[in-house]
Amino acid sequence: MTAVVDVVAMACLLAGAFLCLTAGLGLVRFPDVLSRMHAGTKPQVLGVLLVMVGAAIRLEGWSNAWMLLLVAAFQLLTAPVSAHMISRVAYRRRHVRRDLLLVDEFDAPAPADRLYLGDEPGDAPPEDPAVAVAEHVVDEGPPAGAPRG
Amino acid sequence: MTVVTLVLYGLIGGGALLALVRLAMGPSLLDRVVATDTLLVIISAGLAVYAALERDPTVVPVLVVVSLLAFVGSVSIARYVGGMLRGSATGDGRDLGLPVAAEEREGGR
Repeated sequence: MTAVVDVVAMACLLAGAFLCLTAGLGLVRFPDVLSRMHAGTKPQVLGVLLVMVGAAIRLEGWSNAWMLLLVAAFQLLTAPVSAHMISRVAYRRRHVRRDLLLVDEFDAPAPADRLYLGDEPGDAPPEDPAVAVAEHVVDEGPPAGAPRG
Repeated sequence: MTVVTLVLYGLIGGGALLALVRLAMGPSLLDRVVATDTLLVIISAGLAVYAALERDPTVVPVLVVVSLLAFVGSVSIARYVGGMLRGSATGDGRDLGLPVAAEEREGGR
């Protein structure tokens, strides 16, 4: 029984360590910030989960298992947040190989400065639907004072 | 079991070395941020592998601290760069003296 459990734990650890190596390879080989982030996020979620499962099996204690579960939960919560912030700054800073992109939805003349999209900073300029309509960025603006859905 | 130990440490050490290479040469600040984030994750994976191999639970609280530090570091640097860009008229910081991105300057590398 213990031999089987040890084999399972070692398989989890080996898979997680292999994902760490692939992350390093992708970081070195990939061409721009977004694709490097794609490679670097592999051990952040799946690799850490596998390694934590392996360690929890080997350590044999509920206190250790809960703490490793806490680490895995932190990774699952924080990886998308930091990836979102870094990739947004990378796009604005033009650290993106635009010739390699298939779809670039930000490239159109966006109404981002006229209409709020929901991710504005707190000190963003006020939105102005009239100007957006005048610039033909949106087809039809809502009437003034009406709640926008 | 010693072969498995060697392979585990070799894989994690190779990943950490490659992340260090990108940290050293990465043309922009954001490349280095991504490399640092990945390096901290690989370090925490290495600590967990050590704890599992030696059945030594003393490094487990360190894992929690390291995983939170990686998040705080990358988010604060992203906020810092984004704050620099917010005062820029062209949107990419060129008018504030930031260098042109390597991806645009030479068509990538």
